[in-house]
Amino acid sequence: MLLEIEKANKRFGGIQAVRDCSFGVEKGSITGLIGPNGAGKTTLFNLVTGFHPLDSGRVYFKGEDITELPPNEIFHKGLFRTFQIVRGYEDMTVLESLLIMPTQQLGENFWNIWTKGSKIEEQEKKFTKKAIEVLEFFEMADRKEELARNLPGGEKKLLDLGRMMMADPELVLLDEPGAGVPPSLQQKVNNYIKRISDDKNVTFFVVEHDMNVIMNLCDPIIVVVEGTNLTSGSPEEIKSNQEVIEAYLGEEERV
Amino acid sequence: MLSYIASYLVMASIYGIIALALNFQWGFSGLMNFGIGASYMLGAYSAALLSSAPTAEHLGGFGVPFPLDLVGAAIIPGFIAFLIGFPALKLKGGPFAIATLAIHEIIYLIVHNEMWLTNGVWGIRDISRPLYSQMPQQYDFFYLLIAGGMLIGFYFFFQKAVRSPWGRVIRGIKVDEDMALMSGKYAWSYKMQSFVLGSAIAGIAGGLFVHYTGFVSPTNFTPLMATFIVWLMVMVGGSGNNRGVLVGTFFVWGVWTGSEFLTDFFPGSMETRAGFMRMFLMGIILLIVIITRPQGIFGKEKIIPKYLRSE
Repeated sequence: MLLEIEKANKRFGGIQAVRDCSFGVEKGSITGLIGPNGAGKTTLFNLVTGFHPLDSGRVYFKGEDITELPPNEIFHKGLFRTFQIVRGYEDMTVLESLLIMPTQQLGENFWNIWTKGSKIEEQEKKFTKKAIEVLEFFEMADRKEELARNLPGGEKKLLDLGRMMMADPELVLLDEPGAGVPPSLQQKVNNYIKRISDDKNVTFFVVEHDMNVIMNLCDPIIVVVEGTNLTSGSPEEIKSNQEVIEAYLGEEERV
Repeated sequence: MLSYIASYLVMASIYGIIALALNFQWGFSGLMNFGIGASYMLGAYSAALLSSAPTAEHLGGFGVPFPLDLVGAAIIPGFIAFLIGFPALKLKGGPFAIATLAIHEIIYLIVHNEMWLTNGVWGIRDISRPLYSQMPQQYDFFYLLIAGGMLIGFYFFFQKAVRSPWGRVIRGIKVDEDMALMSGKYAWSYKMQSFVLGSAIAGIAGGLFVHYTGFVSPTNFTPLMATFIVWLMVMVGGSGNNRGVLVGTFFVWGVWTGSEFLTDFFPGSMETRAGFMRMFLMGIILLIVIITRPQGIFGKEKIIPKYLRSE
């Protein structure tokens, strides 16, 4: 298991958002995480990536305990995540929001700006070249000088994936890759995710509310309901699982 | 008249340095620092005390000459900002602004009341004015070379800094701190660096100010003159745009000093009230900018990496 969550618990005031939740993400897979609204999907992501501390339980990445680490250190272990609402450097140009990603940048140290100019320039050229390649992969090279906020929804998601490719992580947590993407473009985004997973050997862990998106992207799929993992299995198993159907229908009845 | 213009330019240059420092903190790093005036004040008093001759009126006798004392005028506010940063940077946005505003007030009261240290409201007299005896007539012009030169230097300093990978991370944190964390950037450290750097440079402006006037007292650092007017300069010019902020500074300082002329035309009884009308005018400028052009005259600058152009 690349990522393992063990008996995670998280309470916000009177609400038990995550309850004794345990599951794992297999290396090389595109694992899905579904559940009705308020099931604790995004909370689980926040627990894994260090944005919220756990009340109890552990998180292991590559066998290493990352429960107590802050997000920036978890990133350096090789774990990246995107956010549900595409955020990320909206005031910056597409190219800059990619250039911010690489680790080990000499120019990120204040003193180096004034003392190691030529080495930084060398690095910047290297990263710029890589960023252009990434943009070409997504057929977005002509957008490089555009402000990220001016991109249409689908391309923002692609930029998220592009940022990921600049950092070469081993595991990527995608928070609702379908949100804000027109259905016509969703297949394109899914195809990119599959291609990156195959070519770059990146493992994906995807949270999604929309069943259609996840059914043709992920295998296996983990179902969480009311903060705890109900079941997991292939898309076909999940589709025909009575408990899952009830959980989703039950939610619709409440609405 | 010419020397009047020179003295306007000297003060505008000094304020320009503070405005650049604030623009770095707010426009590029997103730190809503309402305590920038405190750094300016600390820098001014640091330079005054470091360079002053021994006296019974206040702390002094260190004998650090100009321009070496400007280093002290940077280090002392920078170090104090570093200490303040530990609690204050736990806050964001408005609460951070309120915390820094309160700290500004605390520092102001200390300077105002600790007689042994600063001579309180009587201020510090006879601060050395470099090379003043050589050219008392043309002194404004001479000092303009120093202050204007430093302003230009800091302009290029900040332009380079915000375009560097370091500045890129700082700008990224401003737009989205969570995102920056998830990109492996230790946001707290960068915010602290920005807070300390901006405060230190505002301190240098304070040092330049006291060596120009030769006298300093707490009245130079009222919230209006030390903080509010600097914010106005940044907002008029366009936060996140160094060139815009320079234009904003010269414009706002021009209106402020120009309106002093106007008060002379009022009859005696009106003259004191006219002083308040000038403050009122500053508020009106702020309202006009916020309503008609909230991004400032120049707006935010779109930064394109220079390495892109060479390809």
